[in-house]
Amino acid sequence: MAPRYLLWRLAQIVPAVAGILLIAFVAVHMAPGDPVLALAGEHGDAAYYAFIRTKFGLDRPLPEQLVVYVGRVATGDLGQSFVHGRPVAVVIAERLPATLLLIGTALALSTTVGLALGVLAARRAGRPTDLAVRTAALLAHAMPSFWLAQMAAIALALGTGWFPVQGLTDARRALTGWRFALDVTHHLVLPALVLAAGELALTTRLTRTGMLDALATDYARTARAKGLPERGVVRHALRNALLPLVTVVGSRAGLVVTGAVLVETVFAWPGLGQLLLSSIQTRDVPTLLGLFLLTSMTVIVANLVTDIAYAWLDPRIRYE
Amino acid sequence: MCRTPAGAVGLVLTLALIALAIMADALAPVDPFASVAPPLSPPSRAHAFGTDDLGRDVLAGVIHGARTSVLVVASVTLLAAIIGIAVGAVAGYRPGAIDDALMRATDFVLVVPRFFLAVVVIALFGAGLDRLILVLGLTSWPAIARVVRAQTLSLVRREFVDAARALGAKDMRILVRYVLPGALPAALVVISINAAGVILLEAGLSFIGLGDPQRISWGYLANNAQRFLRVAWWVALFPGAAIALAVLGLNLLGDGLNDLLDPRATRST
Repeated sequence: MAPRYLLWRLAQIVPAVAGILLIAFVAVHMAPGDPVLALAGEHGDAAYYAFIRTKFGLDRPLPEQLVVYVGRVATGDLGQSFVHGRPVAVVIAERLPATLLLIGTALALSTTVGLALGVLAARRAGRPTDLAVRTAALLAHAMPSFWLAQMAAIALALGTGWFPVQGLTDARRALTGWRFALDVTHHLVLPALVLAAGELALTTRLTRTGMLDALATDYARTARAKGLPERGVVRHALRNALLPLVTVVGSRAGLVVTGAVLVETVFAWPGLGQLLLSSIQTRDVPTLLGLFLLTSMTVIVANLVTDIAYAWLDPRIRYE
Repeated sequence: MCRTPAGAVGLVLTLALIALAIMADALAPVDPFASVAPPLSPPSRAHAFGTDDLGRDVLAGVIHGARTSVLVVASVTLLAAIIGIAVGAVAGYRPGAIDDALMRATDFVLVVPRFFLAVVVIALFGAGLDRLILVLGLTSWPAIARVVRAQTLSLVRREFVDAARALGAKDMRILVRYVLPGALPAALVVISINAAGVILLEAGLSFIGLGDPQRISWGYLANNAQRFLRVAWWVALFPGAAIALAVLGLNLLGDGLNDLLDPRATRST
Protein backbone atom coordinates (compact mmCIF):
# COMPACT_ATOMS: atom_id res chain seq x y z
CA MET A 1 0.00 0.00 0.00
CA ALA A 2 1.32 3.37 -0.95
CA PRO A 3 2.41 5.44 2.07
CA ARG A 4 0.90 8.46 0.30
CA TYR A 5 -2.54 6.88 0.49
CA LEU A 6 -2.05 6.29 4.20
CA LEU A 7 -1.01 9.89 4.82
CA TRP A 8 -3.77 11.29 2.67
CA ARG A 9 -6.34 9.19 4.48
CA LEU A 10 -4.94 10.13 7.92
CA ALA A 11 -5.08 13.82 7.02
CA GLN A 12 -8.77 13.48 6.27
CA ILE A 13 -9.45 12.81 9.94
CA VAL A 14 -8.65 16.39 10.92
CA PRO A 15 -11.61 18.14 9.23
CA ALA A 16 -13.97 15.37 10.38
CA VAL A 17 -12.93 15.75 14.01
CA ALA A 18 -13.08 19.54 13.72
CA GLY A 19 -16.58 19.33 12.27
CA ILE A 20 -17.82 17.09 15.09
CA LEU A 21 -16.40 19.46 17.72
CA LEU A 22 -17.99 22.41 15.94
CA ILE A 23 -21.39 20.67 15.99
CA ALA A 24 -21.10 20.03 19.73
CA PHE A 25 -20.01 23.61 20.37
CA VAL A 26 -22.74 25.16 18.23
CA ALA A 27 -25.43 22.93 19.79
CA VAL A 28 -24.52 24.05 23.31
CA HIS A 29 -24.47 27.71 22.33
CA MET A 30 -27.63 27.66 20.27
CA ALA A 31 -29.64 26.03 23.02
CA PRO A 32 -32.08 28.26 24.86
CA GLY A 33 -30.79 29.61 28.15
CA ASP A 34 -27.32 30.26 29.47
CA PRO A 35 -24.76 27.68 28.29
CA VAL A 36 -23.43 27.68 31.82
CA LEU A 37 -26.72 26.08 32.91
CA ALA A 38 -26.31 23.42 30.24
CA LEU A 39 -22.80 22.67 31.44
CA ALA A 40 -23.24 23.05 35.19
CA GLY A 41 -26.84 22.04 35.81
CA GLU A 42 -29.64 24.04 37.32
CA HIS A 43 -28.84 23.44 40.97
CA GLY A 44 -25.46 25.12 41.34
CA ASP A 45 -24.79 28.29 43.30
CA ALA A 46 -23.43 31.57 41.96
CA ALA A 47 -19.85 30.75 42.87
CA TYR A 48 -20.00 27.41 41.04
CA TYR A 49 -21.50 29.06 37.97
CA ALA A 50 -18.72 31.65 38.02
CA PHE A 51 -16.17 28.83 38.31
CA ILE A 52 -17.64 26.95 35.34
CA ARG A 53 -17.93 30.20 33.37
CA THR A 54 -14.23 30.84 33.79
CA LYS A 55 -13.22 27.20 33.37
CA PHE A 56 -15.00 26.88 30.05
CA GLY A 57 -14.17 30.46 29.09
CA LEU A 58 -17.85 31.32 28.76
CA ASP A 59 -17.10 34.96 29.62
CA ARG A 60 -14.89 35.33 26.53
CA PRO A 61 -15.88 36.09 22.93
CA LEU A 62 -17.34 33.13 21.02
CA PRO A 63 -14.35 32.37 18.74
CA GLU A 64 -12.09 32.31 21.76
CA GLN A 65 -14.52 29.99 23.54
CA LEU A 66 -14.35 27.64 20.59
CA VAL A 67 -10.56 27.53 20.83
CA VAL A 68 -10.73 26.88 24.58
CA TYR A 69 -13.32 24.15 24.04
CA VAL A 70 -11.35 22.40 21.30
CA GLY A 71 -8.20 22.62 23.41
CA ARG A 72 -9.97 21.03 26.37
CA VAL A 73 -11.49 18.19 24.39
CA ALA A 74 -8.20 17.56 22.59
CA THR A 75 -6.52 16.97 25.94
CA GLY A 76 -9.26 14.55 26.98
CA ASP A 77 -11.08 17.00 29.24
CA LEU A 78 -14.77 16.52 28.43
CA GLY A 79 -15.92 18.64 31.34
CA GLN A 80 -17.43 17.76 34.67
CA SER A 81 -20.48 15.56 35.06
CA PHE A 82 -22.59 17.54 37.51
CA VAL A 83 -24.58 14.49 38.46
CA HIS A 84 -21.62 12.29 39.25
CA GLY A 85 -19.46 15.19 40.39
CA ARG A 86 -16.51 13.75 38.51
CA PRO A 87 -14.89 14.31 35.11
CA VAL A 88 -17.02 13.04 32.24
CA ALA A 89 -14.02 11.21 30.77
CA VAL A 90 -13.64 9.20 34.00
CA VAL A 91 -17.37 8.41 34.23
CA ILE A 92 -17.40 7.20 30.62
CA ALA A 93 -14.17 5.22 31.02
CA GLU A 94 -15.72 3.34 33.96
CA ARG A 95 -18.69 2.22 31.87
CA LEU A 96 -16.75 1.53 28.69
CA PRO A 97 -15.43 -1.99 29.46
CA ALA A 98 -18.92 -3.48 29.91
CA THR A 99 -20.07 -2.00 26.59
CA LEU A 100 -16.90 -3.13 24.81
CA LEU A 101 -17.38 -6.65 26.16
CA LEU A 102 -20.94 -6.67 24.83
CA ILE A 103 -20.07 -5.21 21.43
CA GLY A 104 -16.98 -7.39 21.02
CA THR A 105 -18.87 -10.58 21.79
CA ALA A 106 -21.78 -9.62 19.55
CA LEU A 107 -19.52 -8.73 16.61
CA ALA A 108 -17.49 -11.95 16.99
CA LEU A 109 -20.75 -13.91 16.95
CA SER A 110 -22.34 -12.05 14.06
CA THR A 111 -19.20 -12.24 11.92
CA THR A 112 -18.51 -15.95 12.34
CA VAL A 113 -22.12 -17.12 12.15
CA GLY A 114 -22.96 -14.58 9.43
CA LEU A 115 -20.08 -15.80 7.24
CA ALA A 116 -21.10 -19.42 7.72
CA LEU A 117 -24.77 -18.74 6.96
CA GLY A 118 -23.90 -16.53 3.99
CA VAL A 119 -21.68 -19.22 2.44
CA LEU A 120 -24.30 -21.88 3.16
CA ALA A 121 -27.06 -19.83 1.51
CA ALA A 122 -24.89 -19.04 -1.52
CA ARG A 123 -24.01 -22.71 -2.05
CA ARG A 124 -27.70 -23.64 -1.85
CA ALA A 125 -28.86 -20.60 -3.83
CA GLY A 126 -32.53 -20.80 -4.77
CA ARG A 127 -33.20 -23.84 -2.58
CA PRO A 128 -35.20 -24.01 0.66
CA THR A 129 -32.11 -23.51 2.88
CA ASP A 130 -31.28 -20.33 1.00
CA LEU A 131 -34.85 -19.07 1.25
CA ALA A 132 -34.98 -19.79 4.99
CA VAL A 133 -31.68 -17.99 5.65
CA ARG A 134 -32.70 -15.00 3.55
CA THR A 135 -36.10 -14.70 5.20
CA ALA A 136 -34.60 -14.95 8.67
CA ALA A 137 -32.02 -12.30 7.79
CA LEU A 138 -34.70 -9.99 6.44
CA LEU A 139 -36.76 -10.33 9.62
CA ALA A 140 -33.79 -9.94 11.95
CA HIS A 141 -32.74 -6.82 10.06
CA ALA A 142 -36.17 -5.21 10.58
CA MET A 143 -36.55 -5.85 14.30
CA PRO A 144 -35.71 -3.01 16.66
CA SER A 145 -32.94 -4.22 18.96
CA PHE A 146 -34.77 -3.16 22.11
CA TRP A 147 -37.86 -5.16 21.09
CA LEU A 148 -35.88 -8.30 20.37
CA ALA A 149 -34.25 -7.74 23.77
CA GLN A 150 -37.62 -7.47 25.47
CA MET A 151 -38.93 -10.58 23.74
CA ALA A 152 -35.78 -12.51 24.68
CA ALA A 153 -36.11 -11.33 28.27
CA ILE A 154 -39.76 -12.41 28.43
CA ALA A 155 -39.26 -15.80 26.79
CA LEU A 156 -35.78 -16.91 27.83
CA ALA A 157 -35.19 -15.13 31.12
CA LEU A 158 -38.54 -14.50 32.83
CA GLY A 159 -40.43 -17.37 31.23
CA THR A 160 -38.00 -20.27 31.39
CA GLY A 161 -35.51 -18.87 33.86
CA TRP A 162 -32.63 -20.08 31.70
CA PHE A 163 -30.87 -16.74 31.76
CA PRO A 164 -30.65 -13.88 34.24
CA VAL A 165 -32.95 -10.96 33.43
CA GLN A 166 -30.51 -8.16 34.01
CA GLY A 167 -27.13 -6.95 35.11
CA LEU A 168 -23.56 -8.05 34.51
CA THR A 169 -23.21 -10.30 37.56
CA ASP A 170 -25.35 -11.87 40.22
CA ALA A 171 -25.41 -9.25 42.96
CA ARG A 172 -26.44 -11.76 45.62
CA ARG A 173 -23.27 -13.79 45.32
CA ALA A 174 -19.73 -12.48 45.55
CA LEU A 175 -17.99 -14.73 43.06
CA THR A 176 -14.32 -14.81 42.16
CA GLY A 177 -12.09 -16.43 39.59
CA TRP A 178 -13.62 -18.65 36.94
CA ARG A 179 -16.98 -18.75 38.73
CA PHE A 180 -17.15 -14.99 38.28
CA ALA A 181 -16.24 -15.32 34.58
CA LEU A 182 -18.91 -17.98 34.17
CA ASP A 183 -21.48 -15.77 35.86
CA VAL A 184 -20.63 -12.83 33.58
CA THR A 185 -20.84 -15.10 30.53
CA HIS A 186 -24.25 -16.33 31.69
CA HIS A 187 -25.42 -12.71 31.96
CA LEU A 188 -23.80 -11.85 28.63
CA VAL A 189 -25.58 -14.47 26.51
CA LEU A 190 -28.91 -12.74 25.89
CA PRO A 191 -27.70 -9.16 25.33
CA ALA A 192 -24.91 -10.38 23.03
CA LEU A 193 -27.24 -12.63 21.01
CA VAL A 194 -29.78 -9.84 20.61
CA LEU A 195 -27.17 -7.29 19.56
CA ALA A 196 -25.58 -9.82 17.21
CA ALA A 197 -28.90 -10.60 15.49
CA GLY A 198 -29.15 -7.31 13.58
CA GLU A 199 -25.50 -7.37 12.47
CA LEU A 200 -25.76 -11.06 11.68
CA ALA A 201 -28.53 -10.32 9.20
CA LEU A 202 -26.39 -7.83 7.31
CA THR A 203 -23.25 -9.99 7.38
CA THR A 204 -25.23 -12.95 6.06
CA ARG A 205 -26.78 -10.97 3.21
CA LEU A 206 -23.48 -9.42 2.16
CA THR A 207 -21.56 -12.70 2.36
CA ARG A 208 -24.23 -14.45 0.31
CA THR A 209 -24.20 -11.82 -2.43
CA GLY A 210 -20.41 -11.64 -2.43
CA MET A 211 -20.11 -15.42 -2.62
CA LEU A 212 -22.59 -15.68 -5.48
CA ASP A 213 -20.63 -13.08 -7.44
CA ALA A 214 -17.31 -14.74 -6.65
CA LEU A 215 -18.55 -18.26 -7.47
CA ALA A 216 -19.67 -17.02 -10.88
CA THR A 217 -16.25 -15.61 -11.82
CA ASP A 218 -13.91 -17.05 -14.42
CA TYR A 219 -11.31 -18.10 -11.86
CA ALA A 220 -13.93 -20.10 -9.96
CA ARG A 221 -14.92 -21.82 -13.18
CA THR A 222 -11.27 -22.52 -14.00
CA ALA A 223 -10.73 -24.00 -10.54
CA ARG A 224 -13.75 -26.26 -11.02
CA ALA A 225 -12.60 -27.24 -14.53
CA LYS A 226 -9.23 -28.25 -13.10
CA GLY A 227 -11.07 -30.64 -10.84
CA LEU A 228 -10.86 -28.72 -7.58
CA PRO A 229 -13.53 -29.96 -5.19
CA GLU A 230 -16.27 -27.42 -4.43
CA ARG A 231 -14.90 -26.89 -0.91
CA GLY A 232 -11.68 -25.59 -2.42
CA VAL A 233 -13.53 -23.35 -4.86
CA VAL A 234 -15.50 -21.88 -1.97
CA ARG A 235 -12.29 -21.21 -0.08
CA HIS A 236 -10.86 -19.28 -3.03
CA ALA A 237 -14.07 -17.38 -3.58
CA LEU A 238 -14.53 -16.47 0.06
CA ARG A 239 -11.53 -14.14 0.11
CA ASN A 240 -13.00 -11.99 -2.63
CA ALA A 241 -16.48 -12.25 -1.19
CA LEU A 242 -15.15 -10.66 1.99
CA LEU A 243 -14.25 -7.37 0.30
CA PRO A 244 -17.77 -5.87 0.27
CA LEU A 245 -18.13 -6.96 3.88
CA VAL A 246 -15.07 -4.98 4.95
CA THR A 247 -16.48 -1.76 3.47
CA VAL A 248 -19.60 -1.77 5.62
CA VAL A 249 -17.79 -2.34 8.92
CA GLY A 250 -16.91 1.33 9.21
CA SER A 251 -20.33 2.61 8.30
CA ARG A 252 -21.94 0.28 10.86
CA ALA A 253 -19.86 1.47 13.84
CA GLY A 254 -22.31 4.20 14.90
CA LEU A 255 -25.30 1.89 14.53
CA VAL A 256 -23.63 -0.87 16.54
CA VAL A 257 -22.97 1.50 19.44
CA THR A 258 -26.57 2.75 19.20
CA GLY A 259 -27.85 -0.82 19.22
CA ALA A 260 -25.65 -1.71 22.20
CA VAL A 261 -26.95 1.28 24.14
CA LEU A 262 -30.57 0.28 23.52
CA VAL A 263 -30.01 -3.40 24.35
CA GLU A 264 -28.18 -2.38 27.53
CA THR A 265 -31.18 -0.39 28.75
CA VAL A 266 -33.41 -3.47 28.50
CA PHE A 267 -31.01 -5.79 30.31
CA ALA A 268 -29.71 -3.15 32.76
CA TRP A 269 -26.23 -3.92 31.45
CA PRO A 270 -23.92 -1.56 33.37
CA GLY A 271 -22.35 0.06 30.30
CA LEU A 272 -22.73 3.26 28.32
CA GLY A 273 -26.45 2.63 27.78
CA GLN A 274 -27.18 2.89 31.49
CA LEU A 275 -25.03 6.01 31.64
CA LEU A 276 -26.92 7.51 28.68
CA LEU A 277 -30.27 6.76 30.29
CA SER A 278 -29.37 8.25 33.66
CA SER A 279 -27.77 11.27 31.98
CA ILE A 280 -30.96 11.90 30.01
CA GLN A 281 -33.08 11.68 33.13
CA THR A 282 -30.85 14.16 34.97
CA ARG A 283 -30.20 16.32 31.88
CA ASP A 284 -26.47 15.81 32.36
CA VAL A 285 -25.44 17.59 29.15
CA PRO A 286 -21.64 17.27 29.55
CA THR A 287 -21.95 13.50 29.79
CA LEU A 288 -24.31 13.34 26.81
CA LEU A 289 -21.91 15.50 24.80
CA GLY A 290 -19.10 13.21 25.88
CA LEU A 291 -21.00 10.18 24.60
CA PHE A 292 -21.71 11.97 21.31
CA LEU A 293 -18.03 12.83 20.90
CA LEU A 294 -16.91 9.31 21.82
CA THR A 295 -19.27 7.69 19.32
CA SER A 296 -18.26 10.16 16.60
CA MET A 297 -14.59 9.41 17.16
CA THR A 298 -15.35 5.69 17.09
CA VAL A 299 -17.05 6.08 13.72
CA ILE A 300 -14.19 8.18 12.35
CA VAL A 301 -11.58 5.65 13.47
CA ALA A 302 -13.68 2.71 12.22
CA ASN A 303 -13.93 4.38 8.81
CA LEU A 304 -10.19 4.94 8.78
CA VAL A 305 -9.46 1.32 9.66
CA THR A 306 -11.96 0.17 7.05
CA ASP A 307 -10.38 2.22 4.28
CA ILE A 308 -6.87 1.11 5.18
CA ALA A 309 -7.90 -2.53 5.46
CA TYR A 310 -9.64 -2.26 2.11
CA ALA A 311 -6.64 -0.71 0.41
CA TRP A 312 -4.45 -3.41 1.92
CA LEU A 313 -6.77 -6.22 0.84
CA ASP A 314 -7.41 -4.85 -2.62
CA PRO A 315 -4.28 -3.38 -4.22
CA ARG A 316 -6.40 -1.83 -6.96
CA ILE A 317 -7.54 0.86 -4.52
CA ARG A 318 -5.41 3.98 -4.79
CA TYR A 319 -5.81 7.46 -3.42
CA GLU A 320 -7.87 9.71 -5.69
CA MET B 1 -43.47 -3.74 -8.33
CA CYS B 2 -45.74 -6.77 -8.16
CA ARG B 3 -43.36 -8.77 -10.34
CA THR B 4 -41.41 -9.75 -7.24
CA PRO B 5 -43.37 -11.10 -4.28
CA ALA B 6 -41.03 -9.31 -1.86
CA GLY B 7 -41.71 -5.96 -3.51
CA ALA B 8 -45.46 -6.59 -3.44
CA VAL B 9 -45.38 -7.41 0.29
CA GLY B 10 -43.30 -4.28 0.90
CA LEU B 11 -45.75 -2.13 -1.03
CA VAL B 12 -48.73 -3.56 0.86
CA LEU B 13 -47.07 -3.10 4.27
CA THR B 14 -46.02 0.46 3.46
CA LEU B 15 -49.46 1.42 2.18
CA ALA B 16 -51.03 -0.18 5.27
CA LEU B 17 -48.73 1.87 7.49
CA ILE B 18 -49.69 5.08 5.71
CA ALA B 19 -53.39 4.17 5.85
CA LEU B 20 -53.13 3.49 9.60
CA ALA B 21 -51.51 6.86 10.13
CA ILE B 22 -54.05 8.81 8.08
CA MET B 23 -57.13 7.07 9.43
CA ALA B 24 -55.92 6.53 13.01
CA ASP B 25 -58.89 8.35 14.51
CA ALA B 26 -61.39 6.23 12.60
CA LEU B 27 -59.56 2.92 12.98
CA ALA B 28 -58.61 3.09 16.66
CA PRO B 29 -61.34 1.48 18.76
CA VAL B 30 -60.94 4.04 21.56
CA ASP B 31 -58.97 7.13 22.51
CA PRO B 32 -55.36 5.96 23.09
CA PHE B 33 -55.06 8.12 26.21
CA ALA B 34 -58.37 7.03 27.75
CA SER B 35 -58.45 4.50 30.56
CA VAL B 36 -60.99 2.00 29.27
CA ALA B 37 -60.38 -1.23 31.16
CA PRO B 38 -58.64 -2.56 34.28
CA PRO B 39 -54.87 -1.98 34.18
CA LEU B 40 -52.77 -4.66 32.46
CA SER B 41 -55.71 -6.72 31.18
CA PRO B 42 -54.50 -9.43 28.82
CA PRO B 43 -55.70 -9.44 25.21
CA SER B 44 -59.44 -10.13 25.04
CA ARG B 45 -62.32 -9.80 22.62
CA ALA B 46 -62.94 -6.20 23.73
CA HIS B 47 -59.27 -5.22 23.71
CA ALA B 48 -57.43 -7.31 21.17
CA PHE B 49 -53.94 -6.14 22.25
CA GLY B 50 -54.80 -5.87 25.98
CA THR B 51 -54.36 -2.77 28.12
CA ASP B 52 -51.36 -1.10 29.73
CA ASP B 53 -50.68 -0.10 33.34
CA LEU B 54 -53.13 2.80 33.12
CA GLY B 55 -55.86 0.71 31.53
CA ARG B 56 -55.27 2.26 28.10
CA ASP B 57 -56.03 0.18 25.02
CA VAL B 58 -52.74 -1.02 23.46
CA LEU B 59 -54.30 -1.49 20.01
CA ALA B 60 -55.40 2.15 19.98
CA GLY B 61 -51.90 3.11 21.09
CA VAL B 62 -50.28 1.10 18.30
CA ILE B 63 -52.60 2.65 15.69
CA HIS B 64 -51.96 6.18 16.88
CA GLY B 65 -48.25 5.37 17.18
CA ALA B 66 -48.26 4.74 13.43
CA ARG B 67 -49.32 8.37 12.98
CA THR B 68 -46.30 9.68 14.92
CA SER B 69 -43.95 7.34 13.10
CA VAL B 70 -45.26 8.27 9.66
CA LEU B 71 -45.25 11.98 10.50
CA VAL B 72 -41.59 11.83 11.55
CA VAL B 73 -40.48 9.52 8.75
CA ALA B 74 -42.33 11.43 6.02
CA SER B 75 -40.96 14.80 7.15
CA VAL B 76 -37.41 13.52 7.66
CA THR B 77 -37.50 11.72 4.32
CA LEU B 78 -38.81 14.79 2.50
CA LEU B 79 -36.11 17.00 4.01
CA ALA B 80 -33.37 14.42 3.40
CA ALA B 81 -34.57 13.78 -0.15
CA ILE B 82 -34.59 17.48 -1.04
CA ILE B 83 -31.06 18.01 0.31
CA GLY B 84 -29.76 14.70 -1.02
CA ILE B 85 -31.15 15.17 -4.52
CA ALA B 86 -29.99 18.78 -4.73
CA VAL B 87 -26.48 17.99 -3.47
CA GLY B 88 -26.17 14.86 -5.61
CA ALA B 89 -27.44 16.50 -8.78
CA VAL B 90 -25.23 19.57 -8.48
CA ALA B 91 -22.18 17.48 -7.55
CA GLY B 92 -22.72 15.16 -10.48
CA TYR B 93 -23.39 18.00 -12.88
CA ARG B 94 -20.46 20.20 -11.84
CA PRO B 95 -17.32 18.06 -11.66
CA GLY B 96 -14.28 19.64 -10.09
CA ALA B 97 -14.18 21.94 -7.08
CA ILE B 98 -17.94 22.03 -6.43
CA ASP B 99 -18.24 18.26 -6.69
CA ASP B 100 -15.23 17.84 -4.41
CA ALA B 101 -16.58 20.19 -1.77
CA LEU B 102 -20.05 18.65 -1.81
CA MET B 103 -18.72 15.11 -1.57
CA ARG B 104 -16.44 16.05 1.33
CA ALA B 105 -19.49 17.45 3.10
CA THR B 106 -21.39 14.26 2.31
CA ASP B 107 -18.61 12.09 3.72
CA PHE B 108 -18.56 14.21 6.85
CA VAL B 109 -22.30 14.02 7.52
CA LEU B 110 -22.05 10.25 7.07
CA VAL B 111 -19.71 10.16 10.07
CA VAL B 112 -22.09 11.98 12.44
CA PRO B 113 -23.83 9.46 14.72
CA ARG B 114 -27.46 10.50 14.25
CA PHE B 115 -28.83 8.83 17.36
CA PHE B 116 -26.37 10.48 19.74
CA LEU B 117 -26.64 13.87 18.04
CA ALA B 118 -30.42 13.71 18.43
CA VAL B 119 -29.97 12.81 22.10
CA VAL B 120 -27.79 15.88 22.66
CA VAL B 121 -30.13 18.21 20.75
CA ILE B 122 -33.23 17.00 22.60
CA ALA B 123 -31.43 17.21 25.95
CA LEU B 124 -30.45 20.81 25.16
CA PHE B 125 -33.59 22.03 23.42
CA GLY B 126 -36.23 19.86 25.07
CA ALA B 127 -38.38 17.15 23.52
CA GLY B 128 -40.37 17.89 20.39
CA LEU B 129 -41.02 16.47 16.96
CA ASP B 130 -39.88 19.64 15.14
CA ARG B 131 -36.26 19.48 16.33
CA LEU B 132 -36.20 15.69 16.00
CA ILE B 133 -37.29 15.98 12.36
CA LEU B 134 -34.76 18.74 11.74
CA VAL B 135 -31.82 16.84 13.25
CA LEU B 136 -32.63 13.57 11.50
CA GLY B 137 -33.48 15.31 8.21
CA LEU B 138 -30.26 17.31 8.16
CA THR B 139 -28.17 14.17 8.79
CA SER B 140 -29.98 11.52 6.73
CA TRP B 141 -29.28 12.70 3.18
CA PRO B 142 -25.74 11.47 2.32
CA ALA B 143 -26.78 8.07 0.95
CA ILE B 144 -29.34 9.76 -1.32
CA ALA B 145 -26.80 12.35 -2.50
CA ARG B 146 -24.28 9.65 -3.41
CA VAL B 147 -26.75 7.70 -5.53
CA VAL B 148 -28.11 10.79 -7.29
CA ARG B 149 -24.57 11.96 -8.01
CA ALA B 150 -23.61 8.62 -9.55
CA GLN B 151 -26.76 8.60 -11.67
CA THR B 152 -26.26 12.21 -12.75
CA LEU B 153 -22.65 11.53 -13.72
CA SER B 154 -23.73 8.82 -16.13
CA LEU B 155 -26.82 10.63 -17.42
CA VAL B 156 -25.14 13.92 -18.37
CA ARG B 157 -22.99 12.05 -20.88
CA ARG B 158 -26.04 10.77 -22.73
CA GLU B 159 -27.07 12.03 -26.14
CA PHE B 160 -30.43 13.42 -25.12
CA VAL B 161 -28.71 15.77 -22.69
CA ASP B 162 -26.42 16.97 -25.50
CA ALA B 163 -29.48 17.43 -27.67
CA ALA B 164 -31.23 19.49 -25.01
CA ARG B 165 -28.14 21.64 -24.62
CA ALA B 166 -27.88 22.09 -28.38
CA LEU B 167 -31.46 23.29 -28.37
CA GLY B 168 -30.41 26.01 -25.91
CA ALA B 169 -31.72 24.56 -22.65
CA LYS B 170 -30.23 26.16 -19.54
CA ASP B 171 -28.37 24.10 -16.89
CA MET B 172 -31.28 24.25 -14.47
CA ARG B 173 -33.70 23.03 -17.11
CA ILE B 174 -31.41 20.22 -18.19
CA LEU B 175 -31.01 19.05 -14.60
CA VAL B 176 -34.66 19.20 -13.61
CA ARG B 177 -36.23 18.18 -16.91
CA TYR B 178 -33.81 15.63 -18.29
CA VAL B 179 -31.38 14.39 -15.65
CA LEU B 180 -33.43 14.13 -12.45
CA PRO B 181 -36.24 11.99 -13.87
CA GLY B 182 -33.62 9.45 -14.84
CA ALA B 183 -31.91 9.58 -11.46
CA LEU B 184 -35.09 9.39 -9.42
CA PRO B 185 -35.83 5.63 -9.58
CA ALA B 186 -32.42 4.74 -8.13
CA ALA B 187 -32.87 7.48 -5.53
CA LEU B 188 -36.22 6.00 -4.51
CA VAL B 189 -34.53 2.71 -3.59
CA VAL B 190 -32.18 4.48 -1.19
CA ILE B 191 -34.95 6.76 0.07
CA SER B 192 -37.17 3.89 1.13
CA ILE B 193 -34.33 1.98 2.82
CA ASN B 194 -33.30 5.24 4.49
CA ALA B 195 -36.86 5.69 5.73
CA ALA B 196 -36.72 2.26 7.37
CA GLY B 197 -33.63 3.40 9.26
CA VAL B 198 -35.39 6.57 10.38
CA ILE B 199 -38.30 4.56 11.82
CA LEU B 200 -35.81 2.59 13.90
CA LEU B 201 -34.04 5.77 15.03
CA GLU B 202 -37.27 7.48 16.03
CA ALA B 203 -38.41 4.37 17.87
CA GLY B 204 -35.07 4.08 19.66
CA LEU B 205 -35.16 7.72 20.75
CA SER B 206 -38.72 7.49 22.09
CA PHE B 207 -37.75 4.21 23.75
CA ILE B 208 -35.15 5.97 25.89
CA GLY B 209 -37.72 8.62 26.76
CA LEU B 210 -36.86 11.34 24.25
CA GLY B 211 -40.10 11.32 22.27
CA ASP B 212 -42.73 14.02 22.34
CA PRO B 213 -44.63 13.44 25.62
CA GLN B 214 -47.81 14.81 24.04
CA ARG B 215 -47.93 12.03 21.46
CA ILE B 216 -48.25 8.27 21.56
CA SER B 217 -45.40 6.62 19.72
CA TRP B 218 -44.27 3.02 19.33
CA GLY B 219 -41.04 3.70 21.16
CA TYR B 220 -42.93 5.31 24.04
CA LEU B 221 -45.21 2.27 24.31
CA ALA B 222 -42.19 -0.07 24.29
CA ASN B 223 -40.51 2.05 26.95
CA ASN B 224 -43.61 1.90 29.12
CA ALA B 225 -43.76 -1.87 28.65
CA GLN B 226 -40.25 -2.27 30.04
CA ARG B 227 -41.47 -2.14 33.65
CA PHE B 228 -44.09 -4.85 33.11
CA LEU B 229 -42.16 -7.48 31.14
CA ARG B 230 -42.73 -9.97 33.94
CA VAL B 231 -46.49 -9.56 34.12
CA ALA B 232 -47.75 -8.19 30.79
CA TRP B 233 -45.99 -9.48 27.66
CA TRP B 234 -48.66 -7.97 25.41
CA VAL B 235 -47.69 -4.40 26.31
CA ALA B 236 -44.21 -5.10 24.91
CA LEU B 237 -45.08 -7.44 22.04
CA PHE B 238 -47.43 -5.37 19.89
CA PRO B 239 -45.70 -1.95 19.64
CA GLY B 240 -42.37 -3.57 18.76
CA ALA B 241 -44.02 -5.88 16.24
CA ALA B 242 -45.55 -2.82 14.58
CA ILE B 243 -42.10 -1.22 14.29
CA ALA B 244 -40.64 -4.42 12.83
CA LEU B 245 -43.45 -4.68 10.26
CA ALA B 246 -43.07 -1.04 9.21
CA VAL B 247 -39.30 -1.39 8.83
CA LEU B 248 -39.70 -4.69 7.00
CA GLY B 249 -42.22 -3.10 4.63
CA LEU B 250 -39.93 -0.20 3.70
CA ASN B 251 -36.91 -2.49 3.30
CA LEU B 252 -38.85 -4.86 1.05
CA LEU B 253 -40.19 -1.92 -0.93
CA GLY B 254 -36.60 -0.79 -1.49
CA ASP B 255 -35.56 -4.31 -2.53
CA GLY B 256 -38.55 -4.56 -4.84
CA LEU B 257 -37.80 -1.21 -6.50
CA ASN B 258 -34.19 -2.33 -6.89
CA ASP B 259 -35.23 -5.55 -8.62
CA LEU B 260 -37.58 -3.58 -10.84
CA LEU B 261 -34.76 -1.27 -11.93
CA ASP B 262 -32.27 -4.06 -12.45
CA PRO B 263 -34.18 -7.24 -13.30
CA ARG B 264 -30.90 -9.02 -13.95
CA ALA B 265 -30.00 -8.72 -10.27
CA THR B 266 -33.14 -10.53 -9.14
CA ARG B 267 -31.50 -13.89 -9.44
CA SER B 268 -28.25 -13.01 -7.77
CA THR B 269 -29.30 -10.92 -4.75
